Amino acid sequence: MTPNGKGDTPLRSEHDIVLARQLVRRLTQELQFSLVDQTKMVTAASELARNAYVYGRGGTMHWEIVAGESRRGLKLLFADEGPGIPNLDLAMTDGWTSGKGLGMGLTGAKRLVNEFDIDTSINGGTRVTIVRWK
Amino acid sequence: MERIPILRMGEFLLVTIQIDMHDQMALKLQDDLSNAIQKHATRGVLIDISSLEMVDSFIGRMVADISGMGRLLGSETILVGMQPAVAITLVELGLSLPGVATALNVERGMALLRRKIDADGTDDAER
Repeated sequence: MTPNGKGDTPLRSEHDIVLARQLVRRLTQELQFSLVDQTKMVTAASELARNAYVYGRGGTMHWEIVAGESRRGLKLLFADEGPGIPNLDLAMTDGWTSGKGLGMGLTGAKRLVNEFDIDTSINGGTRVTIVRWK
Repeated sequence: MERIPILRMGEFLLVTIQIDMHDQMALKLQDDLSNAIQKHATRGVLIDISSLEMVDSFIGRMVADISGMGRLLGSETILVGMQPAVAITLVELGLSLPGVATALNVERGMALLRRKIDADGTDDAER
């Protein structure tokens, strides 16, 4: 059976990050992603979920099964109402970090997916959208 | 809070991570392990991640930190059992974990630890 639909899951605690990646694992399995593709999407989701929780002071992951012309994929939106990212170019540089991470979160997540979009404003929160196609 | 058990195997410590850890649990493990290395004067640590289906930058950083910290305490760390899909993802993520010794499985990791320690030629008995 192929899954349809969409949903939300909160990112308000570290445990929520674990639940979010387990949800993404399940969705990518249902979409019959290869094991490597599942792992890439789950890892990207983990990075972005943690960003939303740690830097964005919590947020939500919205998921949606999307259909292209001849393929299906999983779209994830990580939204927070945090302080935003003041210098996006800098944040998208490998190795740059404002916190206790490795500075691989945003750039690493971008490399693991097919589509990546980020929208951020000072005090207006950050929204990161990623898509991975089967 | 749940804890990752640290097993003592002769002169080595073995940590088998079998659950999807949240971040505090990973930090706790780092603490527990540094204390255990000191308490048992351990020469080598094996971290078995064969059950882990995902390693993100946080867990990658924890492993790199444990390895560096262990070295400062006179102990070698070997990361064993990484799944191929996890390895492919980590490299693409930009984390090839330089400075962290790895082995395919626990047996090979144990053999590597012994070789490393023998090569040091600084076994306590010889001092």
